Amino acid sequence: MTQGAIKSIVISVAVMASFSSTNVGAQSARDQISIVGSSTVYPFATVVAEQFGRGSRFKTPTVESTGSGGGLKLFCAGIGVGTPDIANSSRRIKSSEVETCASSGVEEIVEVKIGYDGIVLANSVAAGQLSLTTRDIFLALAKEVPNPNGAESLIANPYQKWSDIRADLPDSNIEVLGPPPTSGTRDAFVELAMEGGCKNFAWIKALKKNDESRYKSICHTIREDGRFVEAGENDNLIVQKLQANDKALGIFGFSFLDQNSDVVQGSRVDGEDPTFENIADGAYPVSRPLYFYVKKAHVGTIPGIEEYLAEFVSDRAMGEEGYLADRGLIPLPADEYAAVVDAVKNLRNLSL
Amino acid sequence: MSEESPSNSALRSSVETRKRVEASLGARYRRENRFRFFGLLAVLVSVSFVAFFFVSIISQGYTAFTQTYIQVDVYFDPDVVSPDGSRAPDVLSQVNYSRLIKDGLGSMFPEVSGRKPKQLLNRLVSNGAIYELRDRVMAEPDIIGSRESLWFLADDEIDAWFKQYSRGDDADGAARLGDAQIGWLRQLVAQGRLEQRFNTVFFTSGDSRDPEMAGIWAAAKGSFFMLVVCMSIAFPLGVAASIYLEEFAPRNRWVDLIEVNINNLAAVPSIVFGLLGLAVFINFLSLPRSAPLVGGLVLALMTLPTIIIASRSAITAVPPSIREAALGIGASPVQAVVHHVLPLAMPGMLTGAILGIARALGETAPLLMIGMVAFIVEAPQTPLDPSSALPVQIYLWADSPERAFAERTAAAIMVLLAFLLVMNATAVWLRSKYERRW
Repeated sequence: MTQGAIKSIVISVAVMASFSSTNVGAQSARDQISIVGSSTVYPFATVVAEQFGRGSRFKTPTVESTGSGGGLKLFCAGIGVGTPDIANSSRRIKSSEVETCASSGVEEIVEVKIGYDGIVLANSVAAGQLSLTTRDIFLALAKEVPNPNGAESLIANPYQKWSDIRADLPDSNIEVLGPPPTSGTRDAFVELAMEGGCKNFAWIKALKKNDESRYKSICHTIREDGRFVEAGENDNLIVQKLQANDKALGIFGFSFLDQNSDVVQGSRVDGEDPTFENIADGAYPVSRPLYFYVKKAHVGTIPGIEEYLAEFVSDRAMGEEGYLADRGLIPLPADEYAAVVDAVKNLRNLSL
Repeated sequence: MSEESPSNSALRSSVETRKRVEASLGARYRRENRFRFFGLLAVLVSVSFVAFFFVSIISQGYTAFTQTYIQVDVYFDPDVVSPDGSRAPDVLSQVNYSRLIKDGLGSMFPEVSGRKPKQLLNRLVSNGAIYELRDRVMAEPDIIGSRESLWFLADDEIDAWFKQYSRGDDADGAARLGDAQIGWLRQLVAQGRLEQRFNTVFFTSGDSRDPEMAGIWAAAKGSFFMLVVCMSIAFPLGVAASIYLEEFAPRNRWVDLIEVNINNLAAVPSIVFGLLGLAVFINFLSLPRSAPLVGGLVLALMTLPTIIIASRSAITAVPPSIREAALGIGASPVQAVVHHVLPLAMPGMLTGAILGIARALGETAPLLMIGMVAFIVEAPQTPLDPSSALPVQIYLWADSPERAFAERTAAAIMVLLAFLLVMNATAVWLRSKYERRW
């Protein structure tokens, strides 16, 4: 035992020493694309990465799911093999992030818009399909709503049942399961659905010009009295909870509705069903573009970036009948698609 | 009272005592029984939680250990595979192999026509089939021009349908398939062209976005590298630190401070170690992101306090007489420790170390910060290659939209649990085999 113990100490010291001597060499070369970013773009980026890895002579890129903000922070940390080559994002890069990027030497960025993602409000197929307006959504979920008596003032949200908002909505308690504030889906939902409904009130809309921060706080703040439940980032969990409770409504991305269409149904918003076609032609109001950003300085140094980009924007991936559409990504309209292909071919720099 | 004889009064008082005891006896028994009942209830509640957990995981996951295969007649059409007769690997790797499968399925269902129905027909077979064909043709180019009946992985939705169908459940209602697809599937079943086999892919391949091609091998290998790194650093350091603290360190305020800090460190949330790893190993020492080496280093920091605490209690358990006897016959303090105390304390130290690794095996939070929560297809060859880990794979699959990942998630949890059980059983075995009692 003693001898064994000493031997194991010697071996492990040797192992440590060999690791620390090899790490310097390993850092100087990376033959694999490194991708970070949004968990919404993750299911699409990974499909392309896998196809690319199997179909080409390059290694399969690694795709990390860090969230849009976290991914762009890593992406903007600098140039060099230690930093990622591509950042996925479920929102457009902010000008503050572009500045951070530039200050650490990442000056040339190529923006690629890959398609649209619909955000749906769904409930169990055991219950009836709801038909909501963005105004209903705002009134059901905002922390403070305009006084129902018509005065231009706010009161704490008094609505407990859907039928309190509009008489033809079901007579059941408002109960909505949605993502936490760290999620890009939540940001987009708040901006598109809540703000979309909020703007219906002329006096609130007028605030946008005079007092934008107040306007945002009215339109973007979700109620905290238990009617809206933060159900975590895992959309599968929300689907399961909807199956168990047919009175509840859940908020998640279109691809989850698409995969679970036998157990949950999407609610109509402003008279439009959340179908592939309606999101694609923009009729369905709650949809957002998805992006990824490429560090131009790495093109040519890290092998395979150009080929990966070519695979991503190819017709068989991003096209109308491509494999990304099978996974629930809503393809770009023809003119936008042509512009993206052109931008990628020429590696055109981002201009906000 | 005073007139009675002492023996009489003693007798009376003992009778009284007896009466009082008997009167209260029922209540005492009840109290006793109630206490036991609550104890038993506590055990039953915890056992039922464990049983519920196992039943739900196993009932969800056992189906993932089989996989549906589909037989397709493939004609290795020379016009498609090598139109110009060339058999160079560069040419053969770029062939549109999906044509072969489309043609094969088309010949089996000649009545199917139109773009959309044909597309549905092609989706019976997994996306991985074209790579299987490519590898086959590249390995034996002489196959070009011949016909063969080949078994391919079926698509995940076909797999789900066939599993329910074979169990006799209502497969058609539950599946997300159209009537046409179900018609073809019934035809295939009648012809014996659908088959369930043991799911070797699940154990031999890396991650994939197609559930039928996804496996845990790459993640398991990543976990293995991490644990090797973790143990080769944490165990020697932990043992050395505990020997010094227990046998050689002077008793003073500084040593007390160190001891308190080690105990506190054992309670620090694991994500904090991830942040530390990001700052020190990746940003400062510029080790590669997503590498099991960094993961192992972070987990080593995390398990170190656990190992130190366990090793110290193992050393304390060695009776002082052993040390004194060794010193008494002329051994130096180092000899007394290395020759006598350490061998006797080793089983306890190993037990602590194994329990430490078992915890490290299940961690995901620290790995998030150092980039190991990632989609990685190829299994790592060295601890420096990017890799994920078993619990990370479970986390990523649990979050995937495709329904077939649910059963694979549960199956991966079963594999992880099996590893944990083996490790804990080893710890128990080591303790019972080598432990000495005094």
